[in-house]
Amino acid sequence: MTEFLNVLTDHWSLFGQGFGNTVKLFLIAAVGSLALGVLLGAFRVSPIPALRWFGATYVNIVRNTPLTLVFAFLVFAAPKLDINFEYFTAAAVALTVYTAAFICEVVRSGVNTVAPGQAEAARALGLSFAQVLTGVVLPQALRAMVPPLMSVMIAMLKNTTVAAGFSVVEAGAIPSYMAEFGEPQFYVLLWITIGFLVLITPLVVLQRFLERKLAVAR
Amino acid sequence: MKRVAVFATVAAFAFTLTACGKEGTPTASGDANNSGAAPVSDTCQPSGTTFTADSAAAVAGSTTFDKIKSAGKVVVGVKFDQPNLGYKDTSGKRCGFDIEIAQYIASKLGVDPAKIEYKEIPSANRETAIKGGEIDYYVGTYSITDKRKADVAFAGPYFVAGQDLLVRKDETAITGKDTLKGKKVCSATGSTPIQRVKDEKLTEPENIVEFKTYSECVSQLLDKKVDAVTTDDAILKGYAAQNSTDLKVVGKPFSTEKYGIGLPHDDKALRDYVNNQLEAAFKDGTWQKIYDGTLGKSGSPATPPTLERY
Repeated sequence: MTEFLNVLTDHWSLFGQGFGNTVKLFLIAAVGSLALGVLLGAFRVSPIPALRWFGATYVNIVRNTPLTLVFAFLVFAAPKLDINFEYFTAAAVALTVYTAAFICEVVRSGVNTVAPGQAEAARALGLSFAQVLTGVVLPQALRAMVPPLMSVMIAMLKNTTVAAGFSVVEAGAIPSYMAEFGEPQFYVLLWITIGFLVLITPLVVLQRFLERKLAVAR
Repeated sequence: MKRVAVFATVAAFAFTLTACGKEGTPTASGDANNSGAAPVSDTCQPSGTTFTADSAAAVAGSTTFDKIKSAGKVVVGVKFDQPNLGYKDTSGKRCGFDIEIAQYIASKLGVDPAKIEYKEIPSANRETAIKGGEIDYYVGTYSITDKRKADVAFAGPYFVAGQDLLVRKDETAITGKDTLKGKKVCSATGSTPIQRVKDEKLTEPENIVEFKTYSECVSQLLDKKVDAVTTDDAILKGYAAQNSTDLKVVGKPFSTEKYGIGLPHDDKALRDYVNNQLEAAFKDGTWQKIYDGTLGKSGSPATPPTLERY
């Protein structure tokens, strides 16, 4: 038991730095992917064919392309095309681009749960497409979007560990350091699991809160 | 009906998300090893040294030798991703300095090098593999340390390495460890060499770059995204030998790593025998021939080390 505790207390600063970067990366990529994902989602339900085509193409190309491949492209292939990112920026971009495809689909399916009559009524009042979407449809769609959206966010939080392989020292890089220090890997991984559980808790609480707040008797 | 539709959509997403969550598990990031730039030349070229099995070989009192003798083959632990050191090319052929040392030892144990069964053992598992009898001996940039001596025995050193710097051929500003300030330095994530760079403050924290493999660092070096790659010179020379037109090793080592052949802890007879064979190879030029034909292609010369029997 003391050995288990020592793994954390002896390397407190490394765990702090690692998880600190994980949180930073998560927050930046969360804002970025939500913005891009909602925009792409709006494209997919828009009346303009070119935008719908763009949204669909993006999702079909990016969705579930192995994340390491997206990273590798930005870090190893992009420099050959004279596109240079800082490693942290590359990680944030990779996670944003990858996660946005999932968010786009969450938005689209959320919109599809809203009765068509709602949008028709809003249009009949003379609202523009943007007004219909942001004022009438999305607020109602949000109810259906919350649980999958949170799952996407939690998956993204854990996906940040891929950045360890691409020169971002976050939680995923901790095991390599600890192996070099000769610390027992099992305990190290256990602490990392606990760290992620701690980070996920606020997201779960937020989900519960939103679900209760948006709940409507149907 | 509508509820069913909502449920189906959410379920469909849950399914998609499981797939995407799986992508992010730490094990999946191991794929990064394969996604790095391929080495410039990855076809194995042996040094040209020939090893003939010594049919009269005998090691009195060695349980490991008896096991090898009765099996008619030897199981050797090696690395596979270090060019010109411990390497396996795309056709499955193995080559490099460590591989040839392993072949030389096998021949002296009476086993034809063609009958070696290689096992790729990651650094973290070496002691376990030797202790458990999974391998007969290990040759793969295995530093002799007091901590490891508690678990395994070492013959050697057969090579003395030191932390050094790999730079682009046209680099003039980097001439040693004290010229790294303001330069981007790359090494393997969490490795001892990169920790030394941090501890000795050889460069600023924001200039430290860490990848899972040295190949990825070398790729970044060639793309001018980093200025130096640091680790043991033996490993760096391997990359320089692979691409001697673009890369060079600075040649001012700032640490000492003695590579030994990892052997079962209590088999003193085998350790003495392997030590004798290494000494013979140092003296008769075999060691030099192996070095010149592998790591020596980097342009950095070396002479045989001094054996340390303990």
